[in-house]
Amino acid sequence: MSRLSARDWRNLVLVAMALGVTACLPWTAGAYMLSIGVTIAMYTVLATSWSLFSGPTHYISLATAAFFGVGTYVTGIGIQYLPYWTLLPIAGIIGAVMAALVGLATLRLSGVYFVIFTLGLAEFVRQIITWGQNISGTKGIYVLTSIGETHIYWQLLGLAALVWLLGWLIGRSRLGFALRIIGDDEAVARHSGIDTARAKILLFMVPGAVAAITGAILAPRYVYIEPSLAFSPMLSFQVVIMALLGGTGRLWGPLVGVIPFTFLWEAISVSFPNQTTLLLGVCFLVIVYLLPKGFVGLIDAAKKRMGAEGYA
Amino acid sequence: MSALLSLRGVTKRFGGLVAVNAMDFDVAEHQVLGLIGPNGSGKSTTLNLISGAFPVSSGSISLRGQPITQLPAQDITRRGIARTFQLVRLLPSMTVLDNVKAGAVFGHRRRWGREAETIAEAMLEKTGLSGRGHMMVGQLTYIDTKRVELARVLAGEPRVVLLDEWLAGLNPTELQEGIRLIRSLRDDGRTIILVEHVMDAIRSLCDRCVVMAAGTKIAEGTPTEVLSDATVIRAYLGDDDA
Repeated sequence: MSRLSARDWRNLVLVAMALGVTACLPWTAGAYMLSIGVTIAMYTVLATSWSLFSGPTHYISLATAAFFGVGTYVTGIGIQYLPYWTLLPIAGIIGAVMAALVGLATLRLSGVYFVIFTLGLAEFVRQIITWGQNISGTKGIYVLTSIGETHIYWQLLGLAALVWLLGWLIGRSRLGFALRIIGDDEAVARHSGIDTARAKILLFMVPGAVAAITGAILAPRYVYIEPSLAFSPMLSFQVVIMALLGGTGRLWGPLVGVIPFTFLWEAISVSFPNQTTLLLGVCFLVIVYLLPKGFVGLIDAAKKRMGAEGYA
Repeated sequence: MSALLSLRGVTKRFGGLVAVNAMDFDVAEHQVLGLIGPNGSGKSTTLNLISGAFPVSSGSISLRGQPITQLPAQDITRRGIARTFQLVRLLPSMTVLDNVKAGAVFGHRRRWGREAETIAEAMLEKTGLSGRGHMMVGQLTYIDTKRVELARVLAGEPRVVLLDEWLAGLNPTELQEGIRLIRSLRDDGRTIILVEHVMDAIRSLCDRCVVMAAGTKIAEGTPTEVLSDATVIRAYLGDDDA
């Protein structure tokens, strides 16, 4: 790995300062804004980790809800037996293993099969857990802990920092270069000497693990979890929309999509509670047709027009 | 001279169609082998079998005596067989330099960082693309896209280079440049298998030729020998071309 340039150091310092400032939110904002902050942090983590894999490879994963839901159940079930802090790495390992298994089964196939499989995965896991609960006679799980919104927010911020750091490291690694090549032309990648299946599976484990950890962190917020909440397919679609709205070409791209979309979604949920799914579909169409490269693409185009230098 | 690459009874069937039928030939180190024949004779399929793009139906392929028959494409590339494509395939979102670096980073000799860039820059110079590393591949002329693809192949320092109609579609001036470039590779001691229709190139570049028709080898020898062979003339060249 090459040494850090002055620009790398500057970016690292700026990100650290931004994280430091946003970490102060619980002391400066009310309960409502903190709740919005948690939502933004959650989607930032999910959309950024999603775009680490789906951005370069163009494999659209709709499995976020599956990993997220498994993470919430790890906390929901495990909190009765293990300390909370041990559940987060356990959720991450389970999410990564699940992603590896899904990857082994699907990533050798073309992108379309992958999309359908990942969409079905969340539903499949949800049905298994529902079936298990029906057998045992329970309907859901109470997650009763002393962990409040503030701690959840800080944990998500820490996870976001880790995801950015990981994404930055991957971007500078052979694996990151391999995935960019795979995204451009998989046949060329293979004939250049890249084990494409291995590279894709390795990187698909990242969003799998991150989404599961995010679910594990968020479980105390829900207090009561049930399959329809934990494995909501809406979550998978929202993550895709936010990542695409921001743009997957830059590490910070998804964040630029998450912030406006979270506020938009709040407004839609309040004003049109019965039409949320319809409006989500409209948002998706608008993004695909009008902003195919997201806000990042707009910013890049504007910079190009102004003749500015490239940036990281 | 011992064989670097050997094909023995290599056959490829697509359902009921036998695209390549019991192909046998050897390529010695530093040799340029021309694989010629009419359209649909199985030349490109043979290259696809050697490079691992298609699995072999039966027969064996070996590199330095080691079997590579059932290896996936990436493993074959890592062992030292790299190819260009009949229709140029570049990485459109990347610069010329990054396209070539792909070969240096993941090819037969794997390098990273500054070392990979140095090799990529050297291959750009070798293929006549000096100073164009920063360009996006969409900005290049047709022959330059072919040069980039060739530079990517060379950057991995393969033992065997497979060129699939690399000279096709070039105008007469570009054709002469292309022939000069491939000749310089031969002079560097590269081992090359050349699928080609351009007879000037075959005559001036190849040490030996294998002629295919309907998936089968019909002749083998020096360019002069095969181009004067009556079977070859009937199957491929036509009476006037010999």
